[in-house]
Amino acid sequence: MNVTELQRKLIAAARAKAPDDRVPYAFEKRVLALIPGMNPSNDVALWVRGLWQAAASCVVIAVLCGAWAFFSPGNNSGDDLSQNLETTLLASVDQGDQAQ
Amino acid sequence: MERSEAELIAAVLQGDAASFEPLVQKYSPRVFATARRYARRESEVEDIAQEVWLKAFEKLKSFRGEAPFEHWLMRMTVRTCYDFLRGHQRNRESSFSDLSESESDWLQKFVTAPESASDQADAAKLLIERVLEKLSPQARMVITLLEIEDRSVKEIAGLTGWSVPLVKVRAFRARGEMRKILSKMAKDQYL
Repeated sequence: MNVTELQRKLIAAARAKAPDDRVPYAFEKRVLALIPGMNPSNDVALWVRGLWQAAASCVVIAVLCGAWAFFSPGNNSGDDLSQNLETTLLASVDQGDQAQ
Repeated sequence: MERSEAELIAAVLQGDAASFEPLVQKYSPRVFATARRYARRESEVEDIAQEVWLKAFEKLKSFRGEAPFEHWLMRMTVRTCYDFLRGHQRNRESSFSDLSESESDWLQKFVTAPESASDQADAAKLLIERVLEKLSPQARMVITLLEIEDRSVKEIAGLTGWSVPLVKVRAFRARGEMRKILSKMAKDQYL
């Protein structure tokens, strides 16, 4: 079989068949319906979206760090957390008592 | 009074999204015709066209007005179609054993008397669609633009974002790839 000739014939067949340019009914309405909310000139919206994403990332990192600090084995030994907190809060009062 | 394209684009950039509608109406036939060269199912064609217009809206700021809007849009359309081809590489490995009767008849006719096999026949059009589906995305893109749409290498470079030498290399490889597929088709049919 002459492959080059077959290629030429098939390419000619493809050329003869122009693609359909029909557009579905109300296609432009559908596109427009998807557009509100994405305004190309709205830089503020871009900033707001970026900042929200950054805030969400920060919250996730904070939660992970908190979980790590709370559950890490080094922190579970020894004193009670409430006792430590009380000592810290009342440190100035204790110092005042000692000074007197 | 009908507003010019430049006025419509300026209005969209100032926040009037409704001004985008006349642009969608005017150029959608071209976008759909291009998409139908690469996608067979109507749902895929619509997805491509929709993506093109959403990208166009999003990137409208980057349109500087030096070239016509249509050229800028067609570049976006061709690149979206290329992305579609890369994402939908199906049926490329299948054989040609499932050709329809009319396709087999046309091929038989071509083997016995090549001049009698008309390139206007529907079977030939179905066959070329099958062959194009088996090409790699790059080869299909370059064969479609260069051989079927009869565009110049420079035009293709502009549309695809590839350099001129790269288009030439890809065109050379695409022709080879197509010949290989046609040989396989002949082998599947007659061996």
